[in-house]
Amino acid sequence: MSDNFDQNRRDFVSVASKAAAATLIAPGVLLQSVAHAKPRSEPVSDENRYGLLIDTTKCADGCSDCVTGCEKENGLDMLLKPKGASDESWERQRPRWIRTVKVKDRLSGHVSSLPLMCQHCEHPPCVDVCPTGASFRRADGIVMVDRHTCIGCRYCMMACPYKARSFIHENVQLRPTVAPRGKGCVESCNLCVHRRDNDVAGTACQDACQHGAILFGDLNDPNSEISQALKERNHTQLRADLKLNTGVRYRGI
Amino acid sequence: MVNTITRLILIAALVFSAAVSGADRKNSVIEGSKAAELDACVAPTALMRREHFKFIEHQRDITVHQGIRDTDHSLSGCVDCHVAKDTHGKHLPIDGLNPETAEKQFCAGCHEYSGVQLDCFSCHTNVPVTTGK
Repeated sequence: MSDNFDQNRRDFVSVASKAAAATLIAPGVLLQSVAHAKPRSEPVSDENRYGLLIDTTKCADGCSDCVTGCEKENGLDMLLKPKGASDESWERQRPRWIRTVKVKDRLSGHVSSLPLMCQHCEHPPCVDVCPTGASFRRADGIVMVDRHTCIGCRYCMMACPYKARSFIHENVQLRPTVAPRGKGCVESCNLCVHRRDNDVAGTACQDACQHGAILFGDLNDPNSEISQALKERNHTQLRADLKLNTGVRYRGI
Repeated sequence: MVNTITRLILIAALVFSAAVSGADRKNSVIEGSKAAELDACVAPTALMRREHFKFIEHQRDITVHQGIRDTDHSLSGCVDCHVAKDTHGKHLPIDGLNPETAEKQFCAGCHEYSGVQLDCFSCHTNVPVTTGK
């Protein structure tokens, strides 16, 4: 009986959400994918290891589409500058999951412009130093913060060689359902984990990039596009000397 | 004779308590939310009242660490189903008041009455907010 009821309820919710998806579509908001989303029912496993390949030769100087796409999807653009804060301090401290960085080769003077986010290390320093176990690496290689146990000590921010983590300094008024956030916790790129768990392809940064510079995929699947691309041509890890075996790889630097 | 009176009192008490719990249920689920159109939550109402925080806490750990998102006990599921709208069709915060009627919303009603502080919504959104995919 209860099973029957449960099924009816699910049908109802599913119909209702499809109806909502059909009626609420606004420009730039892709709600129709919600109807197709299939939530994960099995625990993530190390059969997958997710990562990114970023071709900096395709990155246009001054372009920040990936940053904008990420902020839109993960609700970072909903954060407001605290009252009394200067523009300069807000720009310096506002939470960002992707930063655009320029690196210059000292010998040749060659400049590359690249997006820098959490590198999803196999041996993440942020996880090593976390005193509560809040900073953790999921079985599928995604390095995340469990904000239920984060105490906001910011050791991980100190430990990260890539300066990839941000801290939420103030109370947050508005945030999306997929990315909860609140004052006193650290956060960083989670490879759009809500998409991973709901069977939606790609990442927000990949979708936003008009130059095709960002490729997301499964590094453990030899047939995935990213594995093929990595096999085919040379690539580098940032600060490879640290032997962190990063999940995010770069070309052209 | 005494026995009959005792029985009558017992029956009256049962009927009264059933009436009270029926009235309670109407008060806790907000009119105009999806939940108001359904017979029961993901588990019987009495169980949900007593144990909902255990369900949510258990779900939170398996969702964050194992990525499992298809179980019945997600907080966003609670919000989606129990959130109500104001007369302009705007979602009302589930842990707040309806400014038009001063009616306490689904979470706020019981939590304020029982004096149990609700921390979920210092990080989680108290109305459904969709972005991107």
